[in-house]
Amino acid sequence: MSVLVYTESENGKLKKAAFEVASYAKGIADLMGTSVTAVTVNAESVDELKTYGVEKVLKVSHDKLSKFNADAYAEVITQASKKEDAKVIVISQSANAKYLAPLLSVNLNAGYASNVVALPKTDGEFTVERTAFTNKAFNMTSISTEVKLLGLSSNAYGLKENEVSLSEEDFSPELNDENFGIIVESVDKNKDKVSIADAEVVVSAGRGMKGPENWGMIEELADVLGAATACSKPVSDMGWRSHGEHVGQTGKPVATNLYIAIGISGAIQHLAGISASKNKVVINTDPEAPFFKAADYGIVGDAFEVVPQLIEKLKEFKANNS
Amino acid sequence: MKILVCISHVPDTTSKINFVEEDTKFDTNGVQFVINPNDEFGLTRAMWFKEKQGATVDVVTVGGKDTEPTIRKALAIGADTAHRVDAEPLDGFQVAKELANVAKEGNYDLIIAGRESIDYNGGMVPGMLAKLIGANFINTCVSLEVEGDTATAVREIDGGKETLKSSLPLVIGGQKGLVEESDLKIPNMRGIMMARKKPLNVVEPVSGEKQTQAKMFRKPDPKGEVTMIDAENLDRLIDLLHNEAKAI
Repeated sequence: MSVLVYTESENGKLKKAAFEVASYAKGIADLMGTSVTAVTVNAESVDELKTYGVEKVLKVSHDKLSKFNADAYAEVITQASKKEDAKVIVISQSANAKYLAPLLSVNLNAGYASNVVALPKTDGEFTVERTAFTNKAFNMTSISTEVKLLGLSSNAYGLKENEVSLSEEDFSPELNDENFGIIVESVDKNKDKVSIADAEVVVSAGRGMKGPENWGMIEELADVLGAATACSKPVSDMGWRSHGEHVGQTGKPVATNLYIAIGISGAIQHLAGISASKNKVVINTDPEAPFFKAADYGIVGDAFEVVPQLIEKLKEFKANNS
Repeated sequence: MKILVCISHVPDTTSKINFVEEDTKFDTNGVQFVINPNDEFGLTRAMWFKEKQGATVDVVTVGGKDTEPTIRKALAIGADTAHRVDAEPLDGFQVAKELANVAKEGNYDLIIAGRESIDYNGGMVPGMLAKLIGANFINTCVSLEVEGDTATAVREIDGGKETLKSSLPLVIGGQKGLVEESDLKIPNMRGIMMARKKPLNVVEPVSGEKQTQAKMFRKPDPKGEVTMIDAENLDRLIDLLHNEAKAI
């Protein structure tokens, strides 16, 4: 019996989210007096997982898994869980992890709690805290099945170093044609840009930018900060920016370390979507904008003046602090 | 093509979120309930399939009698038949099992649900439903076309998009993008009148099996005061972000 964690990789390299879910799995393993086994798919080097408390890695290498396929990946984790007799399985809340989670849950008859933000309570009932109502509330959820599946919200637990010794084992799950019922025709991913899900910093802009032609400074600010760009709902509805950038209740949630909102007034649905972010900076011409009440740092000013200056100051800061 | 759209009855996005009964239940007092937005995008796409490709569209919800106005609205928008599974929805797996039962009975080609409900945000019902009935599943779907028995869908991934192909039957976890916000339909008087005559079947639940239980709720701690910074003094912002927030 161990805690099993699915540690995601991209192009053979483990993602940062993998180390966070590993840290969290180690926290649970300590509570339960057991150890952590990770499963990876087509990851090259997995040695760094030992820093975050992983004692064993089941390495899966499979040509047919070179593109993500939810059913096949869920099957891989299912077989790894059975092999390890895992009672708790931890995954991230990336788009892929959220996609495979319910399939995995049915395969293992494992009760699933998504958007988990803290270690479980394991005395008596197994309960975890998760977000609900798009971050407007927290909810304690108990899981009554023997096997439990937990999806950890990004940046909710953080990286915790906990060095152990690690063994690697090649693992060959049995996959059949049924696991590949969905065919991936093409993947269109912007390789030069950080995604909102992976970003430490997100620079987001709204209607205050007046038109899509003014986004150059937003992208430049994001560049300087190594940030992802995002936008408010009206901006995506008007087609100024793609839907993939829309942040809020019906768009993407953002749980980042730093969220900079420029020319966004702060509708309740937008605030809900970004409330899990740790530090929020708001730049708006209107001192009455509701967003200021939800901000940590506020600047009343015209984006067209403030943003270019901020870019220059940040460049200077980066040059002096690198 | 037979389509089933799964609808969750949720508080409107502007609702105040409060809890009662010692923080164990959502306070519905004064709250307006609506079709879950992620489901509404899917319902509107289903209407497109009805108009352009002659599909029939059924809708289903799991809930008490109080959810009927929400499902009637789906009929008023243009769905043909509604099913209400008469059970309190308490757990994602329980709901998925009830939906699976309705789905099997109806032998649907395409089942459209929202990627998550905006109340519990479980994000599990569509995928569980697919697995329970042995159908293919595509989540976070932002575009969907069906030709014969093949569907082509675009899925949102972290930092991009993927184009996928699947045979039918297929379950979709839909969201905005399936249709645009401006495509959403407000029922007209004729639609509302017609909806009164359309069938709304009450289905007995088949299984009460649950895997999880929502216990206590709490609201986030009140946030500290905002620190206002002069637009002329951006050095201070950088200093605070670096030294206080440790965010840059």
